[in-house]
Amino acid sequence: MDTEKRTQHLAERLGYIRDVFGGKHNENIALLESKLQEFNLRLSEGSISDENAALTTLEDLFDFVERKLEAELTPMDKVRIVRHPQRICLRDILENVYDNYTEIGGKDEHSIDPSMLIARAYITRRSGKKTINQPVLVIGQEKGHGEEFRNGGSVKPWGNAKALQYMKVAETEGIPIHTYVFTPGSYPVEDYPGAAQQIARNLYEMAGLRVPVIAVFSEGGSGGAEAIGLSDRRLMLSHGYYSVISPEGAAAIEGRLRHGQRAAPELIEKCAQQLRITAEDNLRMGYIDHVVTEPPLGARPYHYDFFRGLRQEIIRATDEVILGVKGFAPFRAMVLRRRRGKAETMDLDNMYVRWSLSSSAKDRLVSRRHRKFNRLARNAARDRRPVLRKLSNMGWDAWWDIYSYFKYDLLRKHQQKIAYLVEEVEAEAQVLMEKVAAPWRKITCALPGGACQSSEQTERELTTLSDWDEEGQRNGNWSYVSPRAKEDRAITCPNADSHGCLDLWAPDLFGEFAGVCTYCGHHFPMEYQWYLHNVFDEGSIFEFNAEIEAGNPLGFEGFDVKLEQAKKQTGLKSGCVTFEARIDNVKLVVAMLVAPFRGGSVGAAEGEKFVQAAERAKKKRYPFLAYVHGTAGIRIQEGTNGVIQMPRCTMAVRRYIEAGGLYLVLYDTNSYAGPLASFLGCSPYQFSIRSANIGFAGPGVIKETTGVDIPPDYHRAYRALSRGHIQGIWDRRDARMNLKQALLTMGGRNLYYR
Amino acid sequence: MFDITQLLDEIKASPYEEIVVAAPHTGVVTFADVREGSRVIGPSGTWKEKKGTLLATIERERNQKPIHAVEKGEVKEVLRHLEGTFVEAGTPLVRLRHFLSKDEVLAIILKKALHLFVAPERAKYYFAPDVDKKVKASGASSVSLHEGMDLFIMSRMKREASLAYSGPSGVIYAVYFQHNENVDAGQPLIGVCPPDQLSLIEDVVARVQTEWEERE
Repeated sequence: MDTEKRTQHLAERLGYIRDVFGGKHNENIALLESKLQEFNLRLSEGSISDENAALTTLEDLFDFVERKLEAELTPMDKVRIVRHPQRICLRDILENVYDNYTEIGGKDEHSIDPSMLIARAYITRRSGKKTINQPVLVIGQEKGHGEEFRNGGSVKPWGNAKALQYMKVAETEGIPIHTYVFTPGSYPVEDYPGAAQQIARNLYEMAGLRVPVIAVFSEGGSGGAEAIGLSDRRLMLSHGYYSVISPEGAAAIEGRLRHGQRAAPELIEKCAQQLRITAEDNLRMGYIDHVVTEPPLGARPYHYDFFRGLRQEIIRATDEVILGVKGFAPFRAMVLRRRRGKAETMDLDNMYVRWSLSSSAKDRLVSRRHRKFNRLARNAARDRRPVLRKLSNMGWDAWWDIYSYFKYDLLRKHQQKIAYLVEEVEAEAQVLMEKVAAPWRKITCALPGGACQSSEQTERELTTLSDWDEEGQRNGNWSYVSPRAKEDRAITCPNADSHGCLDLWAPDLFGEFAGVCTYCGHHFPMEYQWYLHNVFDEGSIFEFNAEIEAGNPLGFEGFDVKLEQAKKQTGLKSGCVTFEARIDNVKLVVAMLVAPFRGGSVGAAEGEKFVQAAERAKKKRYPFLAYVHGTAGIRIQEGTNGVIQMPRCTMAVRRYIEAGGLYLVLYDTNSYAGPLASFLGCSPYQFSIRSANIGFAGPGVIKETTGVDIPPDYHRAYRALSRGHIQGIWDRRDARMNLKQALLTMGGRNLYYR
Repeated sequence: MFDITQLLDEIKASPYEEIVVAAPHTGVVTFADVREGSRVIGPSGTWKEKKGTLLATIERERNQKPIHAVEKGEVKEVLRHLEGTFVEAGTPLVRLRHFLSKDEVLAIILKKALHLFVAPERAKYYFAPDVDKKVKASGASSVSLHEGMDLFIMSRMKREASLAYSGPSGVIYAVYFQHNENVDAGQPLIGVCPPDQLSLIEDVVARVQTEWEERE
C-alpha cells in the first residue's frame, strides 16, 4: 500500500474515533491528530528517512489508542458505532463471509425496498478431497454505508413482505436461512401490508419455518429486528445493540418530551445504560446465544480477520442447529462442542455437515425453536403464587392434558367417524322420504287447515320489521355503569361540527347509550369493566394467574415507584388480566390488555400470562379471545425482556391455532406498536370496536421518523379496515352478539363445543 | 350588463369581509384573551386540523365549549359586556374583520361576471371531440359557445352521454374541471363570458393580480 493511501486510511480511522465518542476522550483524539499532522508535515517537507517505518509506528499508536478506548466504551458509544457509515454492512458480509452470492430482487436503488437485501449465497466446504457448495438464503437489512436510498436500514412493510416471501422459498428448497439484523426499527407507515401487520405475519410464519434460521444482530431495533430475528440460534456482534426502542426514543418518553423536542444527551446516555442493550447484557439475560467478538471499536470493512471469524461462527451455528436435531454424529458434534475461546482445533470449512433435514428432524427443529423461546424471560416476571398453588396448578395442567387427550383426541375421533357415517345415512334417508311422501303432502296441503298453512307467527315475522333493540341492546339497561355517568354535565361529541350532533347528557351517554353518540355513532372510550359486565355472561368470569406480577427486571431507575402507583390505582398486578368466561354458555379463555395499567404496555409478566392463557385454551379446547382494551406497545422499561414477548407470544398463538383453536382479537381503544406487530396482528380474525385507533406508531413518532404529516384520522378503525388490517368493525352495544356469532361460525376445527 | 370596474372599486373601498362570531347555543360566556385590533388566525394545518385562535368559551350544563376563529383577520369588536352573562343562541360575541385575499377578490368578481355552467350530476366530464381539438390547438378561450351546442361528454361508470350547452353565448373564460376526475353535481364546469367583455375581464384580473395588496 502506498503512503498516501495509508495516511488517508489513518485519517478515516481518526474521524471514526471522533464520531464514535462524540466529544469525549478529547486528549487521546488530540494526540492522534497531532501525530498524524506531524507526520503529514514531515512528509511534505521530505524530512522522513524511512516512510514505511514511521507509518508503521503511527499505525501501532492508532491500534494502541483504539484498544485503550475500547475498554471505556459506553452503551451509547456502541449505538454510535452501529450507526456509523463506516460500520460493516450486509454487502460487506456477503462479499467476505460467503463464497458466492447473487442478490435477489434488487440492484442498488432498483428494488421494491432497497433497505431489505435478499441474496442466494453459498459456502464452500471440503470433506476430504470433495468440495461441496452449501446454498443458503441470506436476508437482512442493508444500511449501505449511509447511502440515502437505503433509508438507514429502516424497512418498509413491503420490504418485510419480500423477506417473508423468500423465507418461504428457502423452506420449499430446504436450505438454511441466515438473517442479518441491521435496523434501527421498522418504517412506520400503515400502507398495505402495514408495518405492524407485516411484522406480525413474519413472526407467525417464522415460528413454523421448517428450515434452520440463524440470526446475527448488529443493530436490533425493536419491531424491525423481530421481523427477521426469530431464529434457532441468535448471534450478536460484540459492538451491536438489541433494544426495545432507540435510546433517544426512550429518553423522549422518560423526559415526557413532545413535538420533536430533543432530549438532553445525558438523559439519552442514561437511558442507553439502563435499557441494557449491549451484547453482554443480552447474552446474560439469555436473549442471545453467542457473542461474536469484533475488533476494537467495532468492525469496519477492512477487518478481514473479523469476517473469517464470523464465517466460522455462522457455519458453527448452522451445524449445531442441524446436528442438534439430526441424530447421530458424535465426532462432528464433539468438534462443535469444543468451545470458542480455546484455540480453534479445526477449520470448520474442512468439516462437512449436510444442511438438509428429514421430515421428522424438521418437526424436531420447530418444536425445539418453540421450547427455546418459551423458556425466555420466564424469570423477568414476578410470580407470587405460593408453592402449593404452583404445584396444584401443575397438577391440574397435567390432568387437563390427560383428560383432553382421552376426550378429544381418542374418543372424539372414533365418535366422529361414527357420527359422520350416521349423518350420511340420515341424509340419504331424508331424500328418499321426501320423494315417497311428496304425493301425500300435496293432498294434505290442499285441504283447509292443512299442515302446511303458515301460522300467524311466521306471517308476522315475515311481514313486520324486526326490533333491533330486542335482546342485544337490553333497552339500555346495562349491568355496569361507568362512574362518568354519575356526573351531572353535558358532553359534546367530537363530530359535532361536521355531523351536527347535539350535546349529550353524561348520565345518558355513559349509562343508557353505552358511550355512543346517538346522533353520529361516535364511540367514546369506555372502561374495561363495562365489557367484563356486559359482554360476558353474568357471574361467569373466573380469573387465573392473577398473582403473576409486573416487575422491574432491569432495575430501571424510578420505575418501581411508577409500577407501584399503577398497581395501586388500578388494583391490578399487571396490564394483562386472564380469565375464563362464558358467552351465551360457550366457555372461552380471555386475555385482556388493560389500558389504565401503564397504558396497557406489555412486559414479561403480561407476556407470560398471555402465553399461559393460550396454553390453557389449547388444553381445554376453548376459544381464545384477546380483548385489547388498549395497549401502548412493549413496556420500554423492561428492555429486551419486553421485546422478546413479541416472538414468544406469537409462537404460543401459533401453537394454539395449529391445534385447531379459534383465536379472536378485539381492539377497543388505542392499540399500537409491538403487541400489534406480533401476537395480535397475526390473528386471522381481528375485529374492532368503533372507538379503536390501530397502528404501528403514533402520529408524533411517524412525523419524527418519516417527516410526513399524517391526517388526523390516520389510525381510526375504519382506515385500518380500508387498508385490510382488520376484518370488521363492531358497534360496542353489539359486541356480545357479534362475539357469539364469531364463536359459533369462525375458525377452529378442534373446539370443545363443535 | 354590469360594470366590472365599478365592482372592483367597491371591493377596494371596503377590502374586507365582516364575520360575526355568534354564540352557537345558550350559555355563560367567558372571553379569551383577545382585544380589539389583535390578529387572529383561522384553522391551519394540512387538513385544517388545528383550530383557529380561541375567542371565547361558552358553558352550558358544565360543558365548556371553546369558540374559535374561523378565518384569519383582525378583531374589530369584542362584546365585553357579555362576559360572565348567560346569552341566547345567536347572540353576537365577537366581530372579526377578514381582509380579502387576491383569490377571494377574483372569486367574487368572476362569480358576478361569468356565467357558470354547472355539472348536472356527479361524473367525469370531457370536452366533445371537436371542441377538444380546438381547446388543445388554441386554448379554451377560442371556443365560442351557443345554446344547444354539443359541448361535453359526461362519463359515469364507463357509460357515456353527450351534454349540450345551455346559457348565453360567449367564450370559455375558465375551465374548472380536471381531466379524469369526478365532478360533483352542482359544481361549475366552465365559466363563460360574452366575447366583448373578455378583454375587460382579463384586464381586471391582471390588475387584481398585480395591484391587490394582501393585508394580514
